[in-house]
Amino acid sequence: MTTTIYLPMDTTALSMGADDVVKAIEFQSSTNGQTVNIIRNGSRGMFYLEPLLEVETEQGRVAYGPVSVDDVESLLAQGMLTGESSHPLYLGLTENIPYLAKQQRLTFQRAGIINPLCIEDYIKHQGFIGLTKALALTDQTIVDEIKTSGLRGRGGAAFPTGIKWQTVLDAKVTTPEQKKYIVCNADEGDSGTFSDRLIMEADPLSLIEGMIISGLAVGATQGYIYLRSEYPQAHKVLEQAIASAYQANYLGNNIQGSKRQFDLEVRLGAGAYICGEETSLLESLEGKRGLVRAKPPLPAIEGLFGQPTVVNNVISLATVPIILAKGAKYYQDYGVGRSRGTLPFQLAGNIKQGGLVELAFGTTLAELVNDFGAGTYTGEPMKAIQVGGPLGAYLPEQQWHLPLDYEAFSEVNAVLGHGGIVVFDDSVSMTEQARFAMEFCAIESCGKCTPCRIGSTRGVEVIDKMVIDNQHGQSTNQAALNELLVDLCDTMVDGSLCAMGSMTPIPVKSVLTHFSDDFINDLPTDHLEKVMVKEQN
Amino acid sequence: MTTPLESHVIEQTISDIVDDKKDLPGALLPILHDIQHHFAYIPKSALAIIGRSLKQTEAEIYGVISFYAHFHLEQPGKHTIEICRGEACQSMGSTALEKAVKKQLNVDFGQTTKDNNFTLEPVYCLGNCACSPSIKVGDKTYGRMTSEKFAKLSEQLSLYKISLGEEL
Repeated sequence: MTTTIYLPMDTTALSMGADDVVKAIEFQSSTNGQTVNIIRNGSRGMFYLEPLLEVETEQGRVAYGPVSVDDVESLLAQGMLTGESSHPLYLGLTENIPYLAKQQRLTFQRAGIINPLCIEDYIKHQGFIGLTKALALTDQTIVDEIKTSGLRGRGGAAFPTGIKWQTVLDAKVTTPEQKKYIVCNADEGDSGTFSDRLIMEADPLSLIEGMIISGLAVGATQGYIYLRSEYPQAHKVLEQAIASAYQANYLGNNIQGSKRQFDLEVRLGAGAYICGEETSLLESLEGKRGLVRAKPPLPAIEGLFGQPTVVNNVISLATVPIILAKGAKYYQDYGVGRSRGTLPFQLAGNIKQGGLVELAFGTTLAELVNDFGAGTYTGEPMKAIQVGGPLGAYLPEQQWHLPLDYEAFSEVNAVLGHGGIVVFDDSVSMTEQARFAMEFCAIESCGKCTPCRIGSTRGVEVIDKMVIDNQHGQSTNQAALNELLVDLCDTMVDGSLCAMGSMTPIPVKSVLTHFSDDFINDLPTDHLEKVMVKEQN
Repeated sequence: MTTPLESHVIEQTISDIVDDKKDLPGALLPILHDIQHHFAYIPKSALAIIGRSLKQTEAEIYGVISFYAHFHLEQPGKHTIEICRGEACQSMGSTALEKAVKKQLNVDFGQTTKDNNFTLEPVYCLGNCACSPSIKVGDKTYGRMTSEKFAKLSEQLSLYKISLGEEL
């Protein structure tokens, strides 16, 4: 009898040794005369359990994890292939693991369950229902459905997706050379985020389906996925998934015999954080330096190659199929206030149980980091949580009860963004984090706006000066320098075209506001020495 | 030094790559990726060839190459090691890891070891933030990296047992 085993091939599982585990199982099971069929799924998103091995049994899929090569022999000896419970790595039925069972998986409904490269598997799990419906609808009806769902851009800016689509739908192309484009922003550069990567590696067809529907809705026949070069595994999976979609006639010039056309291509970025900004991304796609464009014109009117263009984040587009399949109301029923639906939160950094947690908006940070995350990885007390990537605020404990929705966060000058949550224990130096925010901006600024390009460098220098003065006991300067830093932040906010320059001050100011006792005083000795040496030179 | 014959072969290869991709809309990045994929860097002679084909100046091509951290005009070592400097990795001690790796290899970011085996680069997020700190060697990402694990890994890489992107 052949036993079916699942082992993920997503970046995290691979980074924790999943390929070696596969080799060990193949080798040892054949030595034992056992026949196994290993399916490389995508991860379920419980990254603290990777590599997570699942065995198909009559009761359902039984999980073991995290599995290392050294565990394979004992797992096989203790009846892993029949789902026995005696092994210490036994986790029971996968879907009953609380971390997973407590989630509301809509966008990630298939992640880790299916073989990401198998169209039949995708269809068996409600794939292409949304597209089939969309093919029977008018463009305006599709756009209306997205508007009603309340879906907002999941890349961070949270702009209503339906309104963006309406603008592109209403934009007229008059000559045959003109055409509209769908561009997927897969330049997921924010530290602490990996939901785009996971959906592309675990369920790429949902993104492809979402892009086809988007094309039908606005009248675009060409799509590009702008993928960051740091994601080679996602690249591999996407290329294969696109090829199978062409083969199965879901892409090309006669989608499922409908006479409708949509072509799709992956384009690689090249290590520039700024290209996650939509106008910089478009410049890059056109083969140029990723210099940010002034808006207006909006990309929806004059985007890629000057044509009307939908630029949407991966998660926004991958959520479109379920909205079409189950109806706008079904999706809209999740969430709070103006934040409708679900957000795949990403628990990262110093966290014991890191991974992807998809929940309706409105849950709190405390619930996420305690109930799901189970505290810090190091076991030390939590000190600060950065939400929304490098341009998001560092939140102190008194803000961890805030409901996770866009409005509640912006009210306190924080950023929900892409839903990335990075936990720090009490060994963190808040001075270093504030300084790094400025340093990162100096490294990644496209250079177009002076306050961003130069201001970030000055920001690092002002913080260093405050540290040096503090060491020399010159506390009188501190207030003036502090004022200078705040002024610099304000100039960056007021004088930068895009979020890079205008949001870098958010993490810096959050440190000044919430960690004022630590700021300047908590620099670790080795960093302090470096700053002092620099001063002497 | 490259001999005239070698440089002829290099230029022919570049021309073939450029011809293959030049008609794509926004062809420059795909062309640069293909050239770097082939040579591990972008030979300087590529600038003129691409410029002629895309009707752009060499300065414009250079401007694009220099904008993107991923593209290199110098030949890197056999293995490029990227250490993540993102916040999630920082929260798990990547700054100390970075220091240990630099010390062990005796290079700074952007430099290549004397034996030409390793080039060290910073990277800003590998999307492996739940298993920080992370590094990437070629196309392979490694999670929960420590200076001890790195010492072992670099030893294996030095023995040429692992070529780019492959496992032991």
